[in-house]
Amino acid sequence: MAQASGKSAGKSFLGRFGVHIAVMVFVAIWTIPTLGILVSSLRDKDQIVASGWWRAFSSSTQTEAARLPAASAQVEKDGKFVIEGNLFGDGPVREVSAFGTRAQAPTEFAAGTVAELKDGVTLQVNADGGFVLASPVAFEGDRGQRVYFSSSAPPRFTTENYETVLFSEGIGRSFVNSLTVTVPATIIPIMIAAFAAYALAWMRFPGRALIIAVIIGLLVVPLQMTLIPLLQLYNGVALFFGVPSKTYLGIWLAHTGFGLPFAIYLLRSYMAGLPRELMESARIDGASDFEIFVKIVLPLSLPVLASFAIFQFLWVWNDLLVAMVFLGSGSDQLVLTGKLNALLGSRGGDWEILTTSAFVTIIVPLIVFFSLQRYFVRGLLAGSVKGG
Amino acid sequence: MANLKLKNVEKAYGAVKILHGIDLEIQSGEFIVFVGPSGCGKSTLLRSIAGLEEITGGTLEIDGQVVNDVPPSKRGIAMVFQSYALYPHMTVFDNMAFGMKIAREPKAEIDRRVRQAADILQLTKYLDRLPKALSGGQRQRVAIGRAIVRNPKVFLFDEPLSNLDAALRVATRIEIAKLKESMPNTTMIYVTHDQVEAMTLADRIVVLKDGRVEQVGSPMELYRNPGNLFVAQFIGSPAMNILPGKIEKAGATTVVSHVGGRQAAVPIATPASAVGSAVSFGVRPEDLNFGEGGETLFEGPVDYVEQLGEVQLVYVDIGRGGEPLVAKAPGNVEVVRGSTVRLWADPGDLRIFDSQGASYSRQPVALAA
Repeated sequence: MAQASGKSAGKSFLGRFGVHIAVMVFVAIWTIPTLGILVSSLRDKDQIVASGWWRAFSSSTQTEAARLPAASAQVEKDGKFVIEGNLFGDGPVREVSAFGTRAQAPTEFAAGTVAELKDGVTLQVNADGGFVLASPVAFEGDRGQRVYFSSSAPPRFTTENYETVLFSEGIGRSFVNSLTVTVPATIIPIMIAAFAAYALAWMRFPGRALIIAVIIGLLVVPLQMTLIPLLQLYNGVALFFGVPSKTYLGIWLAHTGFGLPFAIYLLRSYMAGLPRELMESARIDGASDFEIFVKIVLPLSLPVLASFAIFQFLWVWNDLLVAMVFLGSGSDQLVLTGKLNALLGSRGGDWEILTTSAFVTIIVPLIVFFSLQRYFVRGLLAGSVKGG
Repeated sequence: MANLKLKNVEKAYGAVKILHGIDLEIQSGEFIVFVGPSGCGKSTLLRSIAGLEEITGGTLEIDGQVVNDVPPSKRGIAMVFQSYALYPHMTVFDNMAFGMKIAREPKAEIDRRVRQAADILQLTKYLDRLPKALSGGQRQRVAIGRAIVRNPKVFLFDEPLSNLDAALRVATRIEIAKLKESMPNTTMIYVTHDQVEAMTLADRIVVLKDGRVEQVGSPMELYRNPGNLFVAQFIGSPAMNILPGKIEKAGATTVVSHVGGRQAAVPIATPASAVGSAVSFGVRPEDLNFGEGGETLFEGPVDYVEQLGEVQLVYVDIGRGGEPLVAKAPGNVEVVRGSTVRLWADPGDLRIFDSQGASYSRQPVALAA
């Protein structure tokens, strides 16, 4: 016995080690992109372009261009014509490390040195952005001298992006739309499926086996195949009642229908696994089927209800196809996935908008998962039967 | 408080018959034990009485009322399950109160009855716990408490002790016996495969085999006067020794020849027509005595000895193939393996069964003695 346990301990050490490595790899693969999105969404939009999110905590260096004031700003000083000022104007001050006047050599001169330009013109740019442009003859023209410079800015984190996407880009509205779709589309199928699963697991009636077989069969029906017939049906019904065909009620029903076979299948197998004696005991105690369902089976099925709720919530939240078919594309009906898709087209280069919108989209599934995941591990049945 | 009458009760699942016409009358206040090997239908019979199984033939009466189609909750029964079947998400109090709450009884009454039952079973301090925080014995007590609270006419126990360890089983067995004593008017029906539980608890034992009643009687009646071979071998441990024999002489005292041509005179009356017929000749291990003191019944070398402490089981090779005879000897006697022993028995302890397995004697012990 001792030998056997010693052997298995050695084996399990290696096994555990391997498992832990594998888990860490998977965790890293899963979390790193999420982390990247989170970090990017909190950064300044100029810094996102300048450096990768993994360098978000060091100051970023970028090459910028500016145009000095035109000839009208010149003053005569000691026989020279001088234009003075600051590259950054009233904006935030960054540190200039080098500058130049040609696009081919934007960092030709170190900051603080005096650069000789042609025709005796000199330019000095200091680290704080202050510049002095001097010339023996008067400047002409209304286009100022072009200056390129390399500046480094300290890391800047901000919630501006969130304010922007939530309140001016329409993500906030889409967020509410997504919740409007998802919450009822999760609750309705659970309620229907729980009743159906109890009946199919514990009540005897003719045709029960056939119904179960049909439900299992429905599990393999591809969703895409049913979209058009369903939409036609909806249109017909809507026409009959004189209401719009693309409504929230419609998409709730669609998601309910698509989720029910799996829900019934999952809940039925769980409920059928509850000890028969519990039902019999309750029956002897005088409970009706409804009372057994509500007072015994439902509380004991909480773990499986929660796990199905997570599945259904994530699936509906992340769904784009059904939403595009059964909901309109107006701002009052566009869900987050649809909005993200639209933003990719219209704001494809604006990473701060995209990452922030993406994070707003995934935050709800994350919250749902982490708040319900304990139901996966908790065995509510402990103590009801022998050895439990 | 309630008597039960089973008339030709049958239960079949499709073509498979589980119960073949059970006739049984149970008096009010009796403690009845159904016993039999697994698959004999004893649990099915209990569940049929409970109403969890519908019987497919015959009638079941409780207190003179046919209850074939009465739902379990209306039969005035309470059942204790082998697996306890406690509601895992409810406290002990709620478990015990569940039936009364379903029946919408007043709160004060529920509280009073639950506390009373908890008091009887010493569960008062556990009332707020969940079942998973209780030991096996406590869980079983809660299950019994739940039955008590229902205040039933008939208590049904379905192998309530088989999930407990040996020591707890003995303790709980005694608790059940005391519970019965404290409720003398309550009828109790108890299913077990353990003959010790059957012998110690029962007023009457019903021995079942293959869905048929083999014999009904008090524990001692079944032990002393088994009606047939099956009961003879099922009741008593180790089982009764059964040897093939032949009736040599019939009459008030029957002479039977058995292994090795030995003859034994058995004070059991047989008809003259039985002479020459093959019989089974039975004697219990504990009725066999060693040495001289009576007519030698068997003789042979000791094949094996099992020392149990207070007794030892001596396996004697009496020359009938590889099947030794079992005899019980006191634990403090030295029995040498390989030595030849002589065994004798009081003629009154010998049994003979006809070729169908039925006993020739079904008189009560008092008459036989």
